[in-house]
Amino acid sequence: MDLSTIDPAILLASLMVASTPILLAAIGELVVEKSGVLNLGVEGMMITGAICGFAVAVETGSPLLGFVAAAAGGAVLSMTFGVLTQFFLSNQVATGLALTLFGLGLSALMGQGYVGIKPPGLGDVNLGPLADIPFLGTVLFRHDFMIYVSLALVAGVWAFLKYSRAGLILRAVGESHDAAHALGYKVVLVRLAAIAFGGACAGLGGAYLSLIRVPQWTEGMTAGAGWIALAIVVFASWRAWGVLIGAYLFGGVAVLQLNLQAAGAHIPVEYLSMSPYLVTILVLVIMSSGRGRAALNAPASLGRSFHASS
Amino acid sequence: MHRRARGARVSAPLLKVEGLRKAYPGVVANDDVSFQIMPGEVHALLGENGAGKSTLVKMIYGLVRPDAGRMTLNGASYRPATPHAARASGVAMVFQHFSLFEALDVAENVALGMENPPPQRRLARRIREVSETYGLPLDPTRLVGELSAGERQRVEIVRCLLQDPKLLIMDEPTSVLTPQEVEILFETLRRLQAEGTSILYISHKLEEIRALCDEATILRLGQVVGVCDPKSTSAREMAELMVGSALHTPSRAARPPGEAVLEIGGLSMKSSNPFGTALRDVSLEVRAGEVVGIGGVAGNGQDELLAALSGEARSGAQTVRLNGQPVGNLGPNVRRRLGLLAAPEERLGHAAAPDMTLTENALLTGAVREGLVARGFLKWAAARGFAERIIADFDVRTPGPGNAARALSGGNLQKFVIGREILQRPICLVVNQPTWGVDASAAAAIRQALLDLAEGGAAVLVISQDLDELMEISDRFAALNEGRLSDPRPAQGLSVEEIGLMMGGAHDMEVAHVQG
Repeated sequence: MDLSTIDPAILLASLMVASTPILLAAIGELVVEKSGVLNLGVEGMMITGAICGFAVAVETGSPLLGFVAAAAGGAVLSMTFGVLTQFFLSNQVATGLALTLFGLGLSALMGQGYVGIKPPGLGDVNLGPLADIPFLGTVLFRHDFMIYVSLALVAGVWAFLKYSRAGLILRAVGESHDAAHALGYKVVLVRLAAIAFGGACAGLGGAYLSLIRVPQWTEGMTAGAGWIALAIVVFASWRAWGVLIGAYLFGGVAVLQLNLQAAGAHIPVEYLSMSPYLVTILVLVIMSSGRGRAALNAPASLGRSFHASS
Repeated sequence: MHRRARGARVSAPLLKVEGLRKAYPGVVANDDVSFQIMPGEVHALLGENGAGKSTLVKMIYGLVRPDAGRMTLNGASYRPATPHAARASGVAMVFQHFSLFEALDVAENVALGMENPPPQRRLARRIREVSETYGLPLDPTRLVGELSAGERQRVEIVRCLLQDPKLLIMDEPTSVLTPQEVEILFETLRRLQAEGTSILYISHKLEEIRALCDEATILRLGQVVGVCDPKSTSAREMAELMVGSALHTPSRAARPPGEAVLEIGGLSMKSSNPFGTALRDVSLEVRAGEVVGIGGVAGNGQDELLAALSGEARSGAQTVRLNGQPVGNLGPNVRRRLGLLAAPEERLGHAAAPDMTLTENALLTGAVREGLVARGFLKWAAARGFAERIIADFDVRTPGPGNAARALSGGNLQKFVIGREILQRPICLVVNQPTWGVDASAAAAIRQALLDLAEGGAAVLVISQDLDELMEISDRFAALNEGRLSDPRPAQGLSVEEIGLMMGGAHDMEVAHVQG
């Protein structure tokens, strides 16, 4: 095989593109789970965001409006989950699974007229001289703005959870909703806000797939990315930077194995295809093992319904 | 001291509650409740489980809105819609079941209970200052999950103190504390009182109220049934007001004990809990018709001893014998069939499955001896009958056997758990903390049931931290200390000093004393 066809700079640059959908969905789900809600509907919200974003971008010609619509679409869909689980106290696991199935069906219906169309492109952000730095310029500074938005979101979520009072209340609600209620915090409102944020992020991740990564609309195009995002949140022990590492690792190995396949590596394709899943899970398990405080990151009320008794 | 506060009654009351009423579907939790608290007064709210104490304080703290009646705080009308509003008016509350977050550190927990917390670093400094001023040392950076029950309560108290409350509500604050921790708490409360803070102290422990409070309002079935000065009223009078009838002191006819039923010989065992205490060479004999009490400070091997006897932890066959038959290597169900039953300390999650109904819980331990299972199928009618029998015989207050165990109050569930074992006619019954967190009349009923069981010829082993309880019902007394069991001695005539020495593990002195 010929490894010289693989350019490390381009490889790293495409890694960021490949990882961003999962990163966006995972950072949203991190906030949802930190508030004590387990939303298994990430896949459904992602693909709904993908078609909402795609359709609006095609109709208006503005990818930016497309992303806004994707976030709105994901958030609206997540609110059906929110209303069902927070007001009608339905089971979160079952409702989340139903949301995924519903999202897949809804997106297929909405996307019937959009198969085979090319969406308007989103230009790279002009970072001037930074883009001309050898190697680093290619890797870091020649991307579309959504990549920078996703990184800013990770930093923002990290700082929000660690330093802000609202973040502390969110963590408290996820840790013990009964105690938070006894102190007078509005558990249901906090959780609804978190669910809406998670839906919007998943929608953005889906739109990134359909508008930039692929870019076109096909039915079921998320192909399990939402489930990977869910797994990454758990294996990253609910830490924002852990989610970033997990998502980039997954995207990186996925891009690398594609390059290896193209370069004609003498490894069976099946092994190459499974490698991103294996490597990501292995690394994250090692990262989260054997650390007492890391285990405490798991929100204690995760997946439990809250009903004020008094 | 408290008389001084009374003498200054020219000032208006801090909090005045008039005609408060709150009804839930099917129950009137509070009806026409009125009382008042003066500035700097420690006011006790006394009542049995289910008397409506918790609902009343939840209304004062803004968690529950009253249906009727009014409250005045410092002369102004007071209607808190949320706990935020209550805190803003200077009312703070320490909860019975801690309102703490285990995975957050002390400073974060404190910040969550404050209206306008300062930045974390300044808050940490203030926590240190306040906790040292009041003799409640706390490290603001530690995770609450790593703290003991006493330390957790300090977090709650410090959280309240940081807001300079005018009224501090304490809901059964001592139920989880050791006697030493109770002393520290009382020091703090007296100090607060001297600074002019009023305290509303909720409890059913009469001696505590007599030691601490200036005035007591007694509730029964949601209504005020009496107001008294606890320092001049006897504990017995208050208990009778609280229960509404003459309090029954457990009693039984003395009779000579029979054959040895339960024999423990040279039992040594590691704990399954990494923070537990290993049992070391424990030997004991419990005879038919006898109650043996085991005392000791919590965490000296009580849970491990119960596990070794119930069959949850297995040991060598000969280390535990029932009627001469080795059972040490047998599991819980085989031991149950043979007549060795046990009721562990933790009601929710150990003695009973919280989300299962009482019928299901009755089935869980009663299946073997009560024949509630036939060829692998459950006999629901028989199980329900068994549960109903427990409810009737042990006066468990619940709408019916279809209710979840979690829905019962602590005392009622404890009566159910103990009754469930007693009705299975054990040859030998082992109980751990049978009256923990249970009100006076329920505790008396449980003790009487244990005595009746022994009178019927069963061997009863009671593990407890309540020394008064052990002295009241035991024939012989032994103490656990770091996993070792002292030699049992007749309970009658044991002095407090002797018990203290036994609990402290001074076995040699004890032998010398006996020989001397």
